[in-house]
Amino acid sequence: MSAQHASPASPASSLTPPGPPLWLLAEVTYRCPLHCVFCYNPVDFAHTPDELSTDDWLRVLREARAAGSVQCGFSGGEPLLRDDLEVLVAEAHRLGFYTNLLTSGVGLTEARARALKDAGLDHIQLSFQDSTRELNDFLSHTRTFDLKQKVAAIIKDNGWPMVMNCVIHRLNIDYIDHIIDMAVELDAEYLELANSQYYSWALLNRDQLLPSREQIERAERVTNERRQRYGDRIRIFFVVPDYYETRPKKCMNGWGNVFLTVTPDGTALPCHTARMLPGLSFPNVRDMDVRSIWSDSEGFNRYRGDGWMKEPCRTCPEKEKDLGGCRCQAFMLTGDPAAADPVCDKSPSHHKVLEAVDRAQRGEPLLREMPLVFRGPEESRRRPKLHGKPIAQDQDAAQAR
Amino acid sequence: MTEVAVFSPDAYPRISRKFRLQWEDAQQAWVLLYPEGMVKLNQSAGEILQRCDGTRSTLDIVADLEQAFATTGLLSDVQAFLGMARQQHWIEA
Repeated sequence: MSAQHASPASPASSLTPPGPPLWLLAEVTYRCPLHCVFCYNPVDFAHTPDELSTDDWLRVLREARAAGSVQCGFSGGEPLLRDDLEVLVAEAHRLGFYTNLLTSGVGLTEARARALKDAGLDHIQLSFQDSTRELNDFLSHTRTFDLKQKVAAIIKDNGWPMVMNCVIHRLNIDYIDHIIDMAVELDAEYLELANSQYYSWALLNRDQLLPSREQIERAERVTNERRQRYGDRIRIFFVVPDYYETRPKKCMNGWGNVFLTVTPDGTALPCHTARMLPGLSFPNVRDMDVRSIWSDSEGFNRYRGDGWMKEPCRTCPEKEKDLGGCRCQAFMLTGDPAAADPVCDKSPSHHKVLEAVDRAQRGEPLLREMPLVFRGPEESRRRPKLHGKPIAQDQDAAQAR
Repeated sequence: MTEVAVFSPDAYPRISRKFRLQWEDAQQAWVLLYPEGMVKLNQSAGEILQRCDGTRSTLDIVADLEQAFATTGLLSDVQAFLGMARQQHWIEA
C-alpha cells in the first residue's frame, strides 16, 4: 500500500514536533493462505508471539484516531482470517476513519462482504499476482485466480471502490498489458502496478524477481499507451523499482512523518519492515499509548528529520528531497541503518545495487538452479530470528546454487 | 493543461461518491478522503466544498459565502475552483 497521496507534511526536523500519524496500518495477522515469493512480511514471522486481542485493537484504533490518524488500512497476512474483523472495521468507521481492507480476497464470501459493508468499510484493495491463472497460482503457490475474479465481482456488487494491486517483477512484467486489461474488465477504479521492492521474501528471491531495464522500459511504454486508451475509466499507478533509479525514494514520506504500522503482536513501527533494524527498540501498544509512541519513543524519533545523517547525505543539497532514502535498504545492503540508501549513486555502496542490476541484465535466471523461496510458516520457522541481522541473501543464493 | 469549462452558476454541485469530505480536528482542516489517500484542503476550498450538498446552486453557494464572510464579488473565484474540483472528480454536478 502507499501513502503517496497523503498530503505531505513539511519534513520533520528534530526541533519541531511531528504532525499526526495520518496513516494507520493495522497488520492484524501474519497468517495467510498465500505463499507469495515477494511478500514484505518478515522472513521470521513464524517466530512472532501472540496476536493482539480484539480489545487491544479497539483501544489502538481509539488512541490512533485521537492522535490524528484518519486513513486506516486493515492488512496482514490475510486480515479476513481474523473473525473479529467486522468488529474492528465498525469501530474504525464509528471513530471517523476512512477504512481500507487490503486483501488477497481469500475468505471474502458474499455474507462476509455484506457484514463488512454494514460495518462501514469504505474500500477494498484486492491483490492479484498476474492476469493468467497459471502465473497467478504459481507465484502465490495456490489456486486462487478464479476465486479472485469472483471476489472482484462481489466488491463491485457492494458498491465499493476497488483498487487492484499487482506486484510486478521479472516473471510477470511482460504481461503488464494483460494485467491492465483485466483490471479494466473487472471495473477497478485504480490499479497499482507496484514493482517489487526488495525486502524480506522478495530479497531472498531478488535474482529471480528483478526485471531487466528493457523489460521496465517496455512496461512503462505499454502502461502509458493503456492510460491513453482507457482515459478516465481507471487510474493507473506505475511504481518503478528503485534499483533502476540514481536517487532513492523518500521512504514512507519521511520516517515517523505520516505513517504508523502496528504489527500482529502490537509492535509499533514507522514502516512495515523497520523491525529488522539493529540497535533500536520499537514500542508495543500493550505498554504505551499511541500518542506517546508517535511523539516520544526512541524508535520513532531516531531517524526523524535529518539530524541522524552521515556523509554523503549530511551535506547533500538534495537531502530534504529524499531524506537519505530507505533505512531498511541501507541496513540490508550496507549493514548500517544510518548510511545513505545505496540506490543513490552518491552512496559508496551503490555498486551493490549495480551488481544486482547487472545480474538482471545478464539474462534469465535458471529456476532449477536457484529455486524460488515461497513464503510460509514452515519455511519461516526453518529460518533464525532475524531481529537486527540482515537477511543473508547472497549466502542463501550461493547455497541454492 | 486542458481548458477547464466554465462552471455553470445554475449547477447543483455535490461531493462525488468517490470522495468523503470531513473536518479533521488534528489538522484543523477539511479533508477529502478516498481509497488510501487524502487531500488536505485550504480554508477557502473547505468553505466551498462543505456547501456542495446537491441542494444549493453555485449562485446559492456564492451568496452564502459572501454573507458569511461579509464580502462580495466571489462568483468568478468560486466558479474557477468548482471547475477544477469537477476536473479532479471531487464533485459531480
